[in-house]
Amino acid sequence: MIEIIQTGPFNTVQDLGRSGFRNIGVTTSGAMDPLALKVGNSLLGNENGAAVIEIQTYPFKLRFSKATSFVVTGADCGASLDGRAVQPWCALAVDAGEVLELGQPRVGTRAYICIAGGIDVASVMGSRSTSLRGAFGGNQGRFLITGDVLQLGEVAVSLKLPETGLAVLDPAYALSGVYPAHQDGALVVRAIPAGEHSLFGADAERFWSQTWKISTQSDRTGYRLMGEPVKPTTPVEMRSHGVVSGVVQVPPSGEPIIQMADANTAGGYPKIAGVIEADLWRLGQARIGSRLRFVRVTHAEAAEVERSVASFIDDVGRTSRMICGALQAMT
Amino acid sequence: MSASTAKIIQPGEALALDRNGARVSPIGSRAFLLEATGDFDLASQRRIWALSRAAELWSETLEIVPGMTNLLVVLKETPEDPETLALRLLDAWEQAESIDLAGRTIEIEVTYGGEHATDLAALCDRSGLPDHEVVRIHYEGTYRVFALGSAPGFGYLHGLDPRIYMPRKTVPSLNMARGCVTIGGMQTGIAVLTGPNGWNSIGFAELQMFDPMSATPAVMAPGDTVRFVPASIEL
Repeated sequence: MIEIIQTGPFNTVQDLGRSGFRNIGVTTSGAMDPLALKVGNSLLGNENGAAVIEIQTYPFKLRFSKATSFVVTGADCGASLDGRAVQPWCALAVDAGEVLELGQPRVGTRAYICIAGGIDVASVMGSRSTSLRGAFGGNQGRFLITGDVLQLGEVAVSLKLPETGLAVLDPAYALSGVYPAHQDGALVVRAIPAGEHSLFGADAERFWSQTWKISTQSDRTGYRLMGEPVKPTTPVEMRSHGVVSGVVQVPPSGEPIIQMADANTAGGYPKIAGVIEADLWRLGQARIGSRLRFVRVTHAEAAEVERSVASFIDDVGRTSRMICGALQAMT
Repeated sequence: MSASTAKIIQPGEALALDRNGARVSPIGSRAFLLEATGDFDLASQRRIWALSRAAELWSETLEIVPGMTNLLVVLKETPEDPETLALRLLDAWEQAESIDLAGRTIEIEVTYGGEHATDLAALCDRSGLPDHEVVRIHYEGTYRVFALGSAPGFGYLHGLDPRIYMPRKTVPSLNMARGCVTIGGMQTGIAVLTGPNGWNSIGFAELQMFDPMSATPAVMAPGDTVRFVPASIEL
């Protein structure tokens, strides 16, 4: 088990989310950077969707009560283990009693502490993710506080990690051929025009051409963007319909909202675009106050990105099994 | 009707297929929304229920989310060719026979007016009706749960009298209480979470609409009939 020694608010237990209940209004939740979660779990030999701790406020400190292995993925937080520097994206063995500490992120915004066996909170409606809005799931339906103790899942075969750790290249570099580089300091997010796109007339083009700023009114629920407003040519009163994270809605103010992991399951604001699934993790790592730009892509392009990312995650799992298996054989 | 007769609109390269009273458009890479373009009525919703049952069985479907005369289908993977998927949805819509769901009847006690009815005065202004009349029209109605969504266990109720339609607010209330009985456009419902809410509150209900630990977490289900019973009227 692990014990939380220091934490800010809004740090939660998350997995890949509670899918299948949107039809009764239950938010998916889940990691804002699902890629970091999957890569971390693959590296540790966990199931892809094992529960992890998502850190979005710092500093954060926890103590391991038993020997195990872990990896910090996502944001680079200058982590340390009993004072020794820990590289991000590098799985390490840890002894009982050692303390892991995360400071303010240098790059990115959300860090994921993945531990062998996963965080073993009760599964509620098929997921261990915390639903902050619904106040259920995760650790008692709330964010972590100092003194919380979390159990770890059983590990069938403990992983024999190299002494110096087992690292994977930060996906931001490893997948640099798959993800567009920043443009003039702005994150490039790929999206597909959505149902009401054409109702925005000439404003639709301004949606794609301008650089938007992520406002301070942004969290796991959604990001409010600041920029030159875009408005439909005539007001639209829509019938409520299901939405998914990544949908870009335009409320009457004309400043778009991107719905994120804790979003409402339904909405009625006109939607101008939808961010492709494979780019959502980059939004999850975007900082408040940073800038972004939308670029239009096709489904075929989105599908290709999705395949590249899936094969990267598979590679991580395969490599980890191979290296640890070889080390096991030598001992 | 064959696929070739579908009217394909691509303004600014947006995919939107319009055919025989339904329209399909994408939300992001994996989700597709079919909207019935006809009247907002029970007949359309019965076909949506039928379409939901069909689309739920497709091997590529991850989730289906029936809405108000619309259906969102979320796929497991991004399809190479969105048009094929969109046309398949339109075909299924055309084949969807109207079904009726044998729902329960749920009676919900409401306190009309009082501290939670923060938008009753505005609704009176808009409708030109006195408050007791607005309240009476609301509780005399018989409503059908068209869909659940937005928040855990929240039922979108159809059957609101057009005299008390009221658009969603442009600036949402920041902290509307769970239990507020609300009107949003031509729909009514009960707030299930305390928080920001763009709908217009006219009263309050005590009934708890959602329990995540229950085998059936939501009290309401699509097809249920809902009646509001005035427990008290505080005007």
